[in-house]
Amino acid sequence: MSGLRPWQELSPGGTIRPTDAEKPKTGSWRTGIKPLADLSKCTNCLLCWLYCPDSAILIEDTTFVGFDDYFCKGCEVCAAVCPVGAIEMVPEETETPERWVMRSDESAS
Amino acid sequence: MPVKTQEGAQLLTGGDAVANAMAQIDPDVFPVYPITPQTPIIQTFAKLVANGKASTEIVNVESEHSAMSATIGSALAGARSMTATSSQGLALMAEVVYIAAGMRAPIVMAVGNRALSAPLNIHCDHSDSMMIRDSGVIQLFAESVQEAYDLMVMAPRIAEHPDVMLPVLVCQDGFTLTHSEEPLELTPDEVVKDFVGEYHVPLPLLDVENVTTKGIFALQDYYTELRYAMNAAMEKAVPVIEEVFGEYSKIVDRPFGILEEYEIEGAERVIFLMGSTAGTIKDVVDELRAKGEKVGLLRLVSYRPFPAEQIRKALAGATEVIVLDRSDAPGSVPSLHSEMAAALYGSSAKLRAHVFGLGGRELVPDEARAIFAGEAPTHIALRS
Repeated sequence: MSGLRPWQELSPGGTIRPTDAEKPKTGSWRTGIKPLADLSKCTNCLLCWLYCPDSAILIEDTTFVGFDDYFCKGCEVCAAVCPVGAIEMVPEETETPERWVMRSDESAS
Repeated sequence: MPVKTQEGAQLLTGGDAVANAMAQIDPDVFPVYPITPQTPIIQTFAKLVANGKASTEIVNVESEHSAMSATIGSALAGARSMTATSSQGLALMAEVVYIAAGMRAPIVMAVGNRALSAPLNIHCDHSDSMMIRDSGVIQLFAESVQEAYDLMVMAPRIAEHPDVMLPVLVCQDGFTLTHSEEPLELTPDEVVKDFVGEYHVPLPLLDVENVTTKGIFALQDYYTELRYAMNAAMEKAVPVIEEVFGEYSKIVDRPFGILEEYEIEGAERVIFLMGSTAGTIKDVVDELRAKGEKVGLLRLVSYRPFPAEQIRKALAGATEVIVLDRSDAPGSVPSLHSEMAAALYGSSAKLRAHVFGLGGRELVPDEARAIFAGEAPTHIALRS
């Protein structure tokens, strides 16, 4: 963060443009659990993407591909809304594949 | 139908007059909830919209809290937005009025000033406006139906000025102006349209090519700066108001000022107040002047921003300043009294102050004479 700005440099009412904002690493707030998705169960309904209060659901075009550890706060909303039980919360220290996704034949160690 | 009086003049109530101004401005969105004595404003406006005079989207919301919330949303989205209220409505809206100012939404609101409950009362005083005095909104007070109309025409230009970007409230005395017919001249539609111009708000919320976040969270790091910016905007609003007043004054050939100086030249005793009661005071000033008494009137139009410097200058020759507040402040002194005391600090002029007109009680010429004579009680016409 490059220092705090004086009042003259702020937009009226504090309106923020994308260039004004730092990308806050909300993933650093995570307190012990993280989501793990089983892609063989996922129906790609994208409810997790819709409900995620941050930007932690990674998609390519319209396909769910995993989670972004930079933003995921471990809030469990995705696991709660997943209609097919494809997302479970696991301890932070669990070793997981990249983007925290697996097929059912893979297993988190 | 408006009654023709003199050439070019019509007979309209204050409510009808500002509704006509709003229809000529033709705002995009008008979220509103009805309350006495604001009702004739929105009733007439709704009729004008229904008759095709304006193309405004009127949103009938469930409360004044919602009215102002919706007005903020549409103003920041990029649509010229107005609303109107009175008294308890303004009280319920108060929380959101602060947000409108803090988010720098250039909203215009018509206010029919009315006393606050309890006891329940529907008539005029200025206690509703006083309640939001520190919210950051500009408040302009009319003396007459004509002035209420003219202020409404000018208000968008002030609110939307890039140096200002604050809500503007056009205040008129409930019933005394909102429901009373006076002759006035309406400015031609095309002239109003040209004067007001196109609505422009920087960084509109619906600009999907340039996305923004509005209604931000600002803590110890930025809250002070963002609130301070409103002080700076209010300071800049004084010359902006004067500039807009000056420009419109040339078009309609009527004088406008943030202050009206009436028989101030050589006046020793000067009454200072806002609103329609100035008419009564002017009659008494004329009468006393005819008898050789050096009295005058200084009428405040721009309550916020409060033009302390201009007031001090206008009162430089006065030996006694008499402030009349149309609101009370139990446990302290009302707004105009304390702010005049601050403005006159260090001056040798004597300061007197009275509270008058609460809940619509009239101030009659005899009382104005007693006020000038120094024989009136602190609360005018109080039975004790």
